[in-house]
Parts: sequence; C-alpha cells; structure tokens
Amino acid sequence: MMLQNREIRRLRDRLNVSWMIVILAIVLFLPLLLGLGLFVQSGLLLKELSIWNVLFTSQWMPMSGKFGLLSFILSSLMVTVLSLLIACPVCLLTAIHLTQYAKRYVLNIMHPVIDILAGIPSVIYGVWGILAVVPLVSKYIAPLFGVQTSGYTLLAGAIVLAIMIIPFILNILIEVFRSIPTELTEASLALGATRWQTIKFVILRKGFPGIISALGLGISRAFGETIAVLMVVGNVAKIPTGIFQPGYPLPALIANNYGEMMSIPMYQSALMFSALVLFVIVMLFNLASRIAITKFETK
Amino acid sequence: MKYFRYKEEKIFRVLMLVSTLFIVLALAIIIFSILYKGLPMLSWEMISQTPKGGFYLGKEGGILNAIIGSFYLSVCSTLLALFVSLPLALFMNIYLKRYKFVLNTVRFFLDLLWGVPSIVYGAFGFIIMIHFGLRASLLAGIITVTLFIIPIMVRAMDEVFKTVPVGLYEASLSLGSTRSETAYRVFLRQCYPGIITAVLLAFGRGIGDAASVLFTTGFTDHIPVSLMQPTATLPLAIFFQLGAPIAEVQERAYAAAAILTFFILIISILARLSSGKFQRNKINF
Repeated sequence: MMLQNREIRRLRDRLNVSWMIVILAIVLFLPLLLGLGLFVQSGLLLKELSIWNVLFTSQWMPMSGKFGLLSFILSSLMVTVLSLLIACPVCLLTAIHLTQYAKRYVLNIMHPVIDILAGIPSVIYGVWGILAVVPLVSKYIAPLFGVQTSGYTLLAGAIVLAIMIIPFILNILIEVFRSIPTELTEASLALGATRWQTIKFVILRKGFPGIISALGLGISRAFGETIAVLMVVGNVAKIPTGIFQPGYPLPALIANNYGEMMSIPMYQSALMFSALVLFVIVMLFNLASRIAITKFETK
Repeated sequence: MKYFRYKEEKIFRVLMLVSTLFIVLALAIIIFSILYKGLPMLSWEMISQTPKGGFYLGKEGGILNAIIGSFYLSVCSTLLALFVSLPLALFMNIYLKRYKFVLNTVRFFLDLLWGVPSIVYGAFGFIIMIHFGLRASLLAGIITVTLFIIPIMVRAMDEVFKTVPVGLYEASLSLGSTRSETAYRVFLRQCYPGIITAVLLAFGRGIGDAASVLFTTGFTDHIPVSLMQPTATLPLAIFFQLGAPIAEVQERAYAAAAILTFFILIISILARLSSGKFQRNKINF
C-alpha cells in the first residue's frame, strides 16, 4: 500500500514535469513560429516584387499591384520618435523624483497611478485622443505655429502614444535607478557633492545603459501600437513632411484594410508582409534593448 | 558658481515635480473626459439589449452583445492561459532554478514575446485560422488572445515566484514531497495573492485589446451561442461606432468607452485588494 502510494506520487510528478516541458517548448518556439508563419504568408508578394521595391517605394495602389510600404514605415518612425521626445524627459524626471526625492506617500500614490495608466486599453486612449488631443492640436497648438489643420495629425498621434508609453518606460527606469548600489551614491554624497550632482554624475552615468534600453523598449512598444494611433493620426497614405501632417503608420495600415484584403491574395500577402516588417523591427529593438539591459544587470 | 549649483538643483526639482504631477494629471484627465462624455449617454437600454434594426443609424438597442462577447472571450482565454502559464512559471522557478543560463534564456524569450505588438498576434491568429480552415469566430479569437496574454501572465507570475525564499523550497523537499507537490501545494499557496494579481492583469489586457481580435473574431449583433460563431467585443464596438458618421452612434461609443473604463478600473482595484487579502496561508520570513 505504502509503495503504491509512492508510485502514484512519482507518476504524478513525472506527468506534471512532461506537461511543463511541452509548454516550455511551445512557448520557446512561438517567436520563431510567428516569424515563420508571417514569412510564408508574405511569400506570394515577395515572388512578384523584390523586397527592396516593397520597402523603399511609396506607391500604395493594391488594385494595380503596387505595394510600396515606405510612407507607412516613415510615418511609423516619425510618430514613434516624436512620442519618445515627449515621453523621455517626463519619464526621466519622474523616475529620478520617485527614486531619489519622493516621500513614502508619494510613492503610494504613484504606484497605482502608473499601474492604472498602463492598464487602460488602447481604444480608450484613442477615444480620449479624439475627445481631447485632436481639438487641442487643431485649436491651440497648430495656430501657435500658424498652421491650419483638422487636428488629426502626427503630433496628435505622438501625444497619445507618449502618454501610453510613459508608464511602460517609467517602470523600467525606476527599476534601473533602484538597482544602482547605494554605496555609490553615499560615496558621492560623502565627498561633498550635492544631491543633484550625485544624480547627474553618478546615477545618470551609472544608469546610462539602462536608460538607453528603457528607451529602446519604449520605441518597440510605441512602434507596434495600433488602435489608439490609428484613431487620431489621420491615415493619409503619403510621406509626411511635418508634424502637422496626417500620417499612416504601419499597424494602422494592417488594421484598416483587413476587411478588403480577403478578396485579393496579393493584397493579403502584402498586409502579412507589413506585419512581418513590423514584427522584425520591433524584435530588433527589443532584442538590442534586452541584451543591453541584461549586460547592465550583470555588471 | 556655488549658488548656481543650488539654483540648478532647484530648477530641476521643480521640473521633476511638474512631470510627476503631469502624469497624475494625465490619468485624471483621461478618466474624467471619458466618464464626462460617456456617463450621460449611459442608459439601462445600452447595457441590457443587443443592437436592434436601426442601431447603427442611432435608433434603439444596446451593446449587450459586445459586453457578453468580450466577457466570453477574455474569461475563456484567461482560463486557457492560466492552464499554460501557471505550470510554466512554476517549472521555471522550481526545476530550472539550478540552471541559471537556461532560466535566463527562457525569461529572455518571454520578454521578447511580451514585446510583440498585439496586431502581429492578430495577423498570426489569422494565419492559424485560415490554415485550419476556421472562419472568424469566438474560438479563433480565444486562441489569439490566449497567445497574446500568456507571456504577460507568465512573467507576472514569475516575478512573484522569484520572491519565494529557497528555505521554503528546501523545507518542503526535506519533508519528502516531490517537486511538483512542492510547486502546487507550497509555492502556489505562498504566492496566492500575487497569482491572482497576475491573472487579473492578463484578464484586463485580454478584455481591452482590440488589435489582436480585429482579424479573428469577426463582428456580429448577436450574442454568440457556440465557439464557432463570430462575436462582438467591447473595444471593437467602440472603435466601429466611433467611426460611424452619425452623432448618436458616436455618443454611444463614448458610453461604451465609459463601460470599458469602468471594467478596467474595477479590475485594477480588485488586483490591488487581492494583494492585501488572501494572505492567510502565507508564511512570513
């Protein structure tokens, strides 16, 4: 009886372990599978047109077989860079404030705030963008520069996107600054540096790789954001020349045309290729930042 | 020079305070403007009826189909994801603990998956769907959302399991339990609140994401009765209604947005509370 019980327990352990290993294998293969699936689907397009042709021309006319993604890629890049320019100083300043100066109760308030901000669905950000940011751009910001616009511009997209990635970057930055050993800051303070000098010369310098990778992760997050940006950015398929021009980012292209693509195989293939391009760009940024951050942590 | 040093610090401290306030203010404005626009439009009809004939022209009906659809979708995929994530997170923290390199590689892969945009998951779900000859349906949506939230859930659980002291693990093994018993009976109990938080986090993601289900669930005015039927979801309902040219329909979108915001707020409050509750079984060190 005793022995039997032991056998059962061992068997149960084995079963559990095999299930765990199966899952682990699937999850590890998933990124590969994602890339491969998208690649196979975009094969049809790549057979007809060269990859350079698709990536570096800007004519998008699915009906006559022209699939140039350049304007979409550039739009995506511009929105992303712009949003990072807005988010980056805010995140850095707040992260320094929260890790170096803030009192306990400020942290107690800010933690839920950051969590909720991170949890708000992107469609809500989009609605908010239409309600608040688009009018703000068209009524106040654009006239400041003497521009007339409906408000559905790259700038509106960037502002919405910036608010969306702030909690994300902020969380990583806080972790980066927390991981800097206190001995370092104490040494600096003991040598007579002010708090601010310590931050400038010790914390920012020591945390520099971490800051860069946090921004990299922010870029990859911003690059793939779909619905919120799609709702406010205007969606005009040409290369944008200024921040008060409408843009048409890559994810918006995919999301907007899913209905029409079914009828034309080439069209569908082109959209799958756009998803692949998106996937590859995001992966590269992610990979680089993650490697940088692991290096930073082990140092 | 000396005075400048202090002035510089003063200026930056003000800037820091301003940017911190900016973040709080941003959240307040977002929630306020959604509720301000949405609440007056909210009615019992909105949340208790499915769209009627002239719904998309501003006539009677509600968005019950989207609420129920979203609920089905995210509950099913959260359960499925839990079925995968919990064993995986336990495996990482019990069996792989000794193999630092393997463990870090797995975390690295999960982080990569975590960073994949949801629209890419949507496209991938679409590929799976046509590969297996499925049509746009609740099932296809569930699969896609499950894939999308697994990395989120595993990483969140992993962070919780990481905090279990090694002494507890050793104590459990030394009393003769197998490693999987240690996993499910000791680690699980010790980390119960954290796991609930992780599940709620993933649930919130699942209910709020629109891009991943855009390709896969289709859209319908009916409440789905089987896995093979298409379904509406709340984020997509908001998105489509806001795109309509008629003012009444757009106003309903604001109401729907208020409902979704309300759900998300409840979920995050529950997640906060759960880390306080369920501490009964926890052993403190």
